[in-house]
Amino acid sequence: MPTTTQAPPEVPSRRVARAERKRRLGPLGVLTHATLGIWTLLVTVPIVWTFLASVKSEDEIFGHAWSLPVSPQWDNFARAWEQARIGQYMLNSVVVVSFSTFGTMLVGSMAAYVLARYPFRGNRAIYLLFVSGLAFPFFLALTPLFFVVQNMGNVPVVGPFIGLNTHAGAVLVYIAYSMPFTVFFLAAFFRTLPTAVAEAAMVDGASHTRVFFQIMLPMAKPGIVSITIFNILGQWNQYQIPLILLQDREKWVLTQGIADISTAAGYDADWAALFAALTLAILPMLVVYTVFQRQIQSGLTAGALK
Amino acid sequence: MVLFNRYRRGLFITSFLAAPVILYLVYVISPYVQAFYIAMTDWRGVTAVPNFIGLDNFQRLLGDSVFWKAVTHNIALLVLLPVITIVIALFFAFLLNVGGKQGVSGIRGSGFYRVVFFFPQVLAVTIVAVLFQQVFRPDGSGMLNAPLMVFGLGPVGFLSDPDLAFWSVLGVLVWQAVGFYVVLFSAGLAGIPKDMFEAAQIDGAGRITLFFRVTLPLLWDTVQVAWVYLGILAMDVFAIVWVMTDQQGGPDWSTTVMAAEIYRNAFEYFRFGYASALGVVMFFFTLGFAVLSLRLSRRERIEY
Repeated sequence: MPTTTQAPPEVPSRRVARAERKRRLGPLGVLTHATLGIWTLLVTVPIVWTFLASVKSEDEIFGHAWSLPVSPQWDNFARAWEQARIGQYMLNSVVVVSFSTFGTMLVGSMAAYVLARYPFRGNRAIYLLFVSGLAFPFFLALTPLFFVVQNMGNVPVVGPFIGLNTHAGAVLVYIAYSMPFTVFFLAAFFRTLPTAVAEAAMVDGASHTRVFFQIMLPMAKPGIVSITIFNILGQWNQYQIPLILLQDREKWVLTQGIADISTAAGYDADWAALFAALTLAILPMLVVYTVFQRQIQSGLTAGALK
Repeated sequence: MVLFNRYRRGLFITSFLAAPVILYLVYVISPYVQAFYIAMTDWRGVTAVPNFIGLDNFQRLLGDSVFWKAVTHNIALLVLLPVITIVIALFFAFLLNVGGKQGVSGIRGSGFYRVVFFFPQVLAVTIVAVLFQQVFRPDGSGMLNAPLMVFGLGPVGFLSDPDLAFWSVLGVLVWQAVGFYVVLFSAGLAGIPKDMFEAAQIDGAGRITLFFRVTLPLLWDTVQVAWVYLGILAMDVFAIVWVMTDQQGGPDWSTTVMAAEIYRNAFEYFRFGYASALGVVMFFFTLGFAVLSLRLSRRERIEY
């Protein structure tokens, strides 16, 4: 069936274009939009409902769920930030994730580069060692990992900084568990880059290290950006690792803080503050995601399409 | 000079690999290896040296009805989560990309839908868990129960009814996962040349034929990747169950999963040996799934 919907070569007026669009949309088009609209509502309504609840009073929260707040209770946010310590947890998350993502990208790209570009005996074995981590369930390592980190606390000099309940200790664990995917993806990426530039630089006397940092790393930028986004999100959303390693309330990250408000608080729970805390956790992600949505979508799906 | 260059190259390789390999051996490989040993001890963390008891833990877990409940839940998720998510995501991806003009081009506003659908994916699972705990509240203050009660259909115990709680968990998992796979399938669809669809249309294919005879076969590789990813997700479910459900896996163990039982045994009952044994069982289930999906996915690739 040849299509009759091709726009005429001369520029049509807006009204004609709109009529054309309507005709083209047809009953099926309306149905399509209705179906997609339903899922749009399914995704957005719970989130918007949470935002609304964050400015409700306690009575309103326990009243009819779909009632609107009469007068916005902004101090819910103050209580969430101060008493529920969301501010502190968020700061902890920012500190841990900044160091762990930076560390992951630094050592991950170094390992991936060497494994992708330098044939040597044992290369394949080390690569497979890293990649095999993709196949193991994390919960198999759960118990021993706790004791490994506990024992790290007894190492002379650095022990107190990398044991249990330390952010540096958690950072090292985050980096280690991000290696399989980072190395797997970046090694594949480095293999696709041309070798000529690096070889020319070597002839001119640049060291291996310099070639890596000044030539190869900038060339690999698209891959680096994708995996950085992937790691930032994965590490920001991490829950089970901090759950076992950071048991001291002072050290908690955001996910632990949010989970705790609803589970442990019981009857005395400050529900209004809970909704405010949820909003404080969701809103920044929503803003960052909307700004960088293209990069984030490609960053997160990049691994699956390799 | 050649010797010096080789020395420099060796030094470079060693210095670049040292940090990642040491970190990885200490924090990833050694715990995995230790897990198999600890699984054969009755270690509770108080004695310095674990007491070796052979396969006793494994014998004991055969009669652990809670753990087997957890296993059946993981297996149910392993089947249901990929099937439901992939069907919904494929449908939406098809509507977004091929739903427009006579079923060939994308529809208007597809960019908007893709942005919105993907959003749950960037939220932490814990945040989603707490959010839905509120959405599912068992009275008129719950987002879902309020309208249901207006129609006299509620209140429904989404999380407090043992027959229903598992389905609520599944629903939330699907809610969070669909957007990612819509984007993934859309990327796959974008890689298929447009004239494929046009040729099929000229031959008189309708939308449904187009979907099953053209889109699906050409997307098969991507669907398999999605299947493996969702399968791994189903085996690893933890935070949703631990944070959202009543009694962390309840009510009455109706939502518990392997990961939750491993955590509970290790860090609430302090049975480290037993928890590691459960971990080993989980490992073999994951391995089994990987082997099975590799077997099933051997199929001719379509080149285009």
